[in-house]
Amino acid sequence: MQKDSILNIILVGVGLCIVCGAVISTVAVSLRDQQEQNVIFDQQSKIIDAARLLEVYPSSQEALASIEEVVVNLNDGQPSSFPPEKYDLDSILRDSSQHTVLNGSEDIAMISVRENLSKVYIEYRNNELKTLILPVRGYGLWGTLYGYLALDSDLNTIVGLEFYKHKETPGLGAEVDNPNWKKLWNGKKVFDENGLVQISVIKGFSNPQSTDYSYEVDGLSGATITSKGVSNLLAFWLGNEGFGPFINNLKNKEIKLSDV
Amino acid sequence: MSKFKEILLTPIFKDNPIALQILGICSALAVTSKLYPTLIMCVALTITVSLSNFFISLIRNIIPTNIRIIVQMTIISSLVILVDQFLKAYDYETSKTLSVFVGLIITNCIVMGRAEAFAMQNTPGVSFLDGLGNGLGYSLILIVVGAIRELLGSGQLLGIDILTTTQNGGWYVGNNFFLLAPSSFLIIGLFIWALRSWKTEQVEEKEFLMSKNAPKEVETHHA
Repeated sequence: MQKDSILNIILVGVGLCIVCGAVISTVAVSLRDQQEQNVIFDQQSKIIDAARLLEVYPSSQEALASIEEVVVNLNDGQPSSFPPEKYDLDSILRDSSQHTVLNGSEDIAMISVRENLSKVYIEYRNNELKTLILPVRGYGLWGTLYGYLALDSDLNTIVGLEFYKHKETPGLGAEVDNPNWKKLWNGKKVFDENGLVQISVIKGFSNPQSTDYSYEVDGLSGATITSKGVSNLLAFWLGNEGFGPFINNLKNKEIKLSDV
Repeated sequence: MSKFKEILLTPIFKDNPIALQILGICSALAVTSKLYPTLIMCVALTITVSLSNFFISLIRNIIPTNIRIIVQMTIISSLVILVDQFLKAYDYETSKTLSVFVGLIITNCIVMGRAEAFAMQNTPGVSFLDGLGNGLGYSLILIVVGAIRELLGSGQLLGIDILTTTQNGGWYVGNNFFLLAPSSFLIIGLFIWALRSWKTEQVEEKEFLMSKNAPKEVETHHA
């Protein structure tokens, strides 16, 4: 058979696709469990990092043991009886009966739909709520940033903010993973005296003399849109459409989580 | 036997893909700010280029000439996807650090260059060795760049403190320049300079010679 005949071109092309496709799908399927395990483990470690639990507990296992998962209804800010281990955000975001479509002005984090139930993490120390860890997400420059925000027991002071998945530009927006930048979040305040969300990432450096210093985090240089995206996603998730009602209920002691 | 050794070792110093052919510079800039991801990248590229050379050479006699580039790309990209899948399964942290750059091995000129220039004309065994040699040549430069950048940029090697930085209570002030990609240009440039001073036959011929200045006209101020 001629090497350059049309028949051979088709045979080689199709044959190669079948062989390569078969090999790739076999490997991808057989490695999937391991990869998903890695993703879960990575998320858990981000929760621990956001709450800075390794400064308190000697190992990740013990840190995880101190954390309780609670499913929260975001519409009324009350805990839900939905079992946390069955919680699956992806399927909720696909099922229109389980999420709320956000319209333009509400959708400041540009996520288009918000789940009705969300899974939060609470670290108890001496039987009291010590850290509240909230899942947050919002659009940056190239894609959605997924992360965790940890609030201290006053439900106003930030312990840490960690992103586990994003598509920002390496060296610019991807500096959201820079340990030095992440340190800046520790101790910042979220709400002002009127209960409005004030925390934001500003352009340039925050001035320690400024009255807003406790609400401001230095911007990422060269990543204005990512910085804005982070501000917006925090404003959304801490606001009324997000965890605002739940945080207020907790503050006013209108819910006792131990009952859940 | 010495022929195999030559095929394997030539690309390391004598015909280095980065230093002499100036191929694959992109990833040499992007992934070298820390040594550990650099090493993983080197392994990933070496595996890809060796195996792609092997498989392409294996079917070189039936690859139709007019679709050969597509065939090569298909094999290369399949291998890169496999490497990426394994990395995600067994070294998730590093795969997140390397992010798109593993996928970009597909477009690395070294892999394509070796497939087209060597594997299409040689037997599978030799092609594999050629790929391995080129992978090692690439790795040599990347490791040098990665080691220098991590040492001067963060005072560490493989995450272990060598020059303790002021942030960690030491004396060394990390040079931020070495954390940025352009510093690789500097290091690769110096490496090429050192290599060509040692192996002078690599020095390129001048493309053009400056012509001598025209003789200065004698000024005449005689009235």
